[in-house]
Amino acid sequence: MSEVHPTEALRSLEREALEAISHAADLHALEEARITYLGRKDGRISVILRSVGALPPEERPAVGQEANRVKERVTEALDSRERDLAGPAGMGGEDLTLPGRGPWKGGLHPVTRVVDEIWGIFRDLGFTRARGPEADTEWYNFVALNTPLDHPAADENDTLYLDGGRALLRSHTSPVQMRTMEKHAPPIRIIAPGWVYRRDTYDATHTPAFQQIEGLVVDEGVTFVDFKATLAEFQRRFWGPGTEVRFRPSFFPFTEPSAEVDVKRIIQRTDGTRFQTDWIEVMGAGMVDPNVLDNAGYDSERYTGFAFGMGPGRIAMLKYGVDDLRTFFDNDIRFLAQFAR
Amino acid sequence: MNVSYRWLKDMVPGLELSPEEVAAHLTLRGAPVEGMHSPGAELGEVVVGRVVTAGRHPNADRLSLCIVDAGKGVVSVVCGAPNVKAGSWYPFIPAGCTLPGGVLIKKSKIRGEVSEGMLCSARELGLGTEHAGILEIFGDFTPGEPFVEAMGLDDVTLDVETTSNRGDLLSHLGMARELAAEGSGAARLPEIPGAPTLDLGFAEAPDEVAVGGVRIRIQDPELCARYLGAVIRGVKIGPSPAWMEERLRGAGSRPINNVVDATNYVMLEMGQPLHAFDLSKLGGSAVVVRRAGTGEKTFTTLDGEERALDPDMLMICDAERPVAVAGVMGGKDSEVDDATTDVLLECALFEAKSIRSTRKGLNLSTDASYRFERGVDPEGMRTALERAVAVILATAGGRVDGPVLDVCPRPFTSRVVELRLARARHLLGVELDAAAVRGYLEPLGLQVESEAPGVLRVRVPGYRSYDVTREVDLIEEVARAHGYDVFPADLGGYRPGTVPDHPLFRLEDELRSALVARGFFEAQTPAFVPEAEGNVRVANPLNTREPFMRRTLLPSLLRRVVHNFTRGARDVRLFELGTSFRVAPEGGQPLEETHLVVAFTGRREPPHWSVPDAPFTVWDLKGLVEEVVALAWRGSASAAPSVEASPLFAPGTCFSVVDGQGRVVGGAGRVADGKVDAPVWADPVWALELTLPDPVMAAATPVHHPLPLYPAVERDLALLVGDAVTAAAVTALMRERSGELLEQVTLFDHYRGEGVPPGKRSVAFRLRFRAADRTLKDKEVDRAVQGIVGRLKEELGVEPRR
Repeated sequence: MSEVHPTEALRSLEREALEAISHAADLHALEEARITYLGRKDGRISVILRSVGALPPEERPAVGQEANRVKERVTEALDSRERDLAGPAGMGGEDLTLPGRGPWKGGLHPVTRVVDEIWGIFRDLGFTRARGPEADTEWYNFVALNTPLDHPAADENDTLYLDGGRALLRSHTSPVQMRTMEKHAPPIRIIAPGWVYRRDTYDATHTPAFQQIEGLVVDEGVTFVDFKATLAEFQRRFWGPGTEVRFRPSFFPFTEPSAEVDVKRIIQRTDGTRFQTDWIEVMGAGMVDPNVLDNAGYDSERYTGFAFGMGPGRIAMLKYGVDDLRTFFDNDIRFLAQFAR
Repeated sequence: MNVSYRWLKDMVPGLELSPEEVAAHLTLRGAPVEGMHSPGAELGEVVVGRVVTAGRHPNADRLSLCIVDAGKGVVSVVCGAPNVKAGSWYPFIPAGCTLPGGVLIKKSKIRGEVSEGMLCSARELGLGTEHAGILEIFGDFTPGEPFVEAMGLDDVTLDVETTSNRGDLLSHLGMARELAAEGSGAARLPEIPGAPTLDLGFAEAPDEVAVGGVRIRIQDPELCARYLGAVIRGVKIGPSPAWMEERLRGAGSRPINNVVDATNYVMLEMGQPLHAFDLSKLGGSAVVVRRAGTGEKTFTTLDGEERALDPDMLMICDAERPVAVAGVMGGKDSEVDDATTDVLLECALFEAKSIRSTRKGLNLSTDASYRFERGVDPEGMRTALERAVAVILATAGGRVDGPVLDVCPRPFTSRVVELRLARARHLLGVELDAAAVRGYLEPLGLQVESEAPGVLRVRVPGYRSYDVTREVDLIEEVARAHGYDVFPADLGGYRPGTVPDHPLFRLEDELRSALVARGFFEAQTPAFVPEAEGNVRVANPLNTREPFMRRTLLPSLLRRVVHNFTRGARDVRLFELGTSFRVAPEGGQPLEETHLVVAFTGRREPPHWSVPDAPFTVWDLKGLVEEVVALAWRGSASAAPSVEASPLFAPGTCFSVVDGQGRVVGGAGRVADGKVDAPVWADPVWALELTLPDPVMAAATPVHHPLPLYPAVERDLALLVGDAVTAAAVTALMRERSGELLEQVTLFDHYRGEGVPPGKRSVAFRLRFRAADRTLKDKEVDRAVQGIVGRLKEELGVEPRR
């Protein structure tokens, strides 16, 4: 019957001791582990150390060395564990419930968030973004868009003119339609977010400067069906599952047929129950009027398309439950922080 | 446009729809209903009462004591109205009930007599302005019967929004046609109670007609296509009968007198504005339609306002002077009043554009001008006039004197528009055959005159002649009648567009992300500012305190910082991306640039118990400037300290950003005291404004350099640098003069104070040396460092610190 070799015993003892130390839940348990393994009298490692002298001389150095190594290792583990178990709530020297240290949080403006979200959806639907100047001319703002200056439609958004010359502040983002078609051949598939200006005073639902997002699709074979499908798809993606979309006849000089797009949203209350809103008007749209295509130098018999426009400020009000458009211009950081990522 | 549900029902006999259904219907046909109300909505508690006896109040001369039968036995009522008389019927509100506006009527004692309710005036009921006396009502009533039902006030008024292309919808007839097209039967004009059968003759000529001493002449046929005038003599001006008042109220209009009401009635019914002149007030019994010219400078309209005339405004004149602003408003001097007996009734067609410019010039929009601007039915004029005459004869008496004068220099001819079925399919994406298209158009009055294979020839009636002029207009009508909701909405394929995503949007996205990640909030401010200096001015601002377009965005953003200061915020970090406007040097369109502007103040990081609070410093600003400039300008612009005086930034804190062509494209610094209204506890406000490049530059493609094979050797070097020498100069010299072994120079310490002579500072650099092909020996590195030290001493007078 052969006994376990002392080196083997030491190693298995080391494993056992380290295991016990790491499982010691408090200082008391740890002290018990210390006594068990390193206690001066009966500590199991101490006993082996003391017995080295009884070994055959040729084995002594190796076993002695190993026994010392194990003793050191276990002592180290005991000390380390002791440090860990010290301090508040036994968390190792620091109260880790103290607040952490992080950088300042920033955030996008809520209207930008909405613009970004809208852009994300249209990007997935194959659109790119186009820009145009904010100070523009009567031609781009009205005439090219089939809106004679002497027609009541030209009044619907009272326009701000600039001193000297015929420059005006665009009253909608629709001038980007013409500017884009002038520079690019079909197919056109763009949205154009930007600022527009109207002769309004500040109130809960009007500001003289606000943002719009224009959209334009022109190609061969684009029909009212594509128009409905694309915009209904957008609305459902934007407002979420269960959204109902309605197209209702309307009038814009630069589209024909024209439509208003309404949605009925599903809103979840804080208690988890849901309700459906009434119809909310969210977009003006229509098939591009042939006169507009002709003005752009496109062949309106060959190319057809659709255009749309919406107000991300108004949509942000609906989406985030803001009831005064002016809040968006206050830029109170307590308000902005509510939209931090 | 206010639409009376009852009126509509009278015009579309088969109309089975409830007011709510009518509203839904009109909404889906492009005339959304914004609201509905009933004129009697608040009068539910008012009943019809009969005054049984009316005697003098024993204790008050001006009050009467009445016994009123209001259905539930007789009650006594004290009444202050002079016109109360026994045997008459009045609206009565019993004690314990409320009037419109929430006034509760209580049982009370007035001068010792009990009053158990109130007999009401028109004004108290919200039915008019009349309050001199109580409202006597005539008819066959039962005491206690609800007043609303007795008076027909249970009509519903629909507030319908119409689009500017559909002038034809500005009448009950137009709305009725839309509903009739839905299969509720054809629209017709309702009978007028008490109207005689009329057989008017018409005396027609292209420029001038005179009948029985009355003369009408159109001098400006360009602005007036047609003018009809009917002469009615012997009318008696008075209130309209109840049916008329009900009708007008149902359509949201206020009754005035029988003749004026007749013109309003026909306008609301058919959309044709009419005007009644007191014939005796027309000099020479003449009507001349002409421009104001230079002779007349001002004119008093019947609202009593004296208005300045423009020579091009079209006026209705008598033999000498103007009597009305054509199509906008009549004149004070020719108004119908209580003494009027003879009336000239005008039914004219004025040019929309002229009415529009006159209306704008006078800043006077009326029901008439609103309709003329949007187009009045040229084919309905005679009918409209006949109806107005019939109403007047029925409600004001009198007789028609002679044939109607009909001056018509430009007779209307209806248009025929071709509709290709293939084009309809091309646009709408669904197949509709000729029969279907015809079935959609004809109920709208768009008659298909003839049909060739694939083509319909459609005659457009007068009332649609303004908005249906092209094939696409007909296609829209087809789509509308088909129902937008009926079209499929299947997402098909598409070709990618030719327009690249605009790089400036992408750059803006990058800058936003970078700043948000650094703890900044995005702000948005309107582009209007009060600052005048060099800015583009708005010619017609509504807000006269901010009539300029900003050239720089920083003042607007600083106002937002102050807004947050006033709300107690110490830590404010804002940025904005927006447009800057500049006056173009050679005139014309203003120049636009996109700017990034950042402002921040307060602590560098959120307060934490482990470190003391530290406010932002100039080094935070410099680091931020360098980051955003690098992002925006892709290395082709750089920031450097600026010693030039800045109007906004405090001296010694300024940086200016200069592009490759030497143009200043940005600036930064600490906002000078007085440039921002900061409370005493506020930390410094740091700010930068940067023009974004246009066009945007592409980011350089990274080029890979193989990693070094041999180790580097580092040496630290502490220098005493005089204040006249910049750290940048020292660094540059090290880089230039140390040969190719020097790989990197890092400034890692900067110190003034004990141990450093005044006027100098200790600046410590870590130099990293490396050779590409071998491990460097200490000796080589020592030599290189010695070389640098020598150069520094020689060229900059800088010595190592010992």
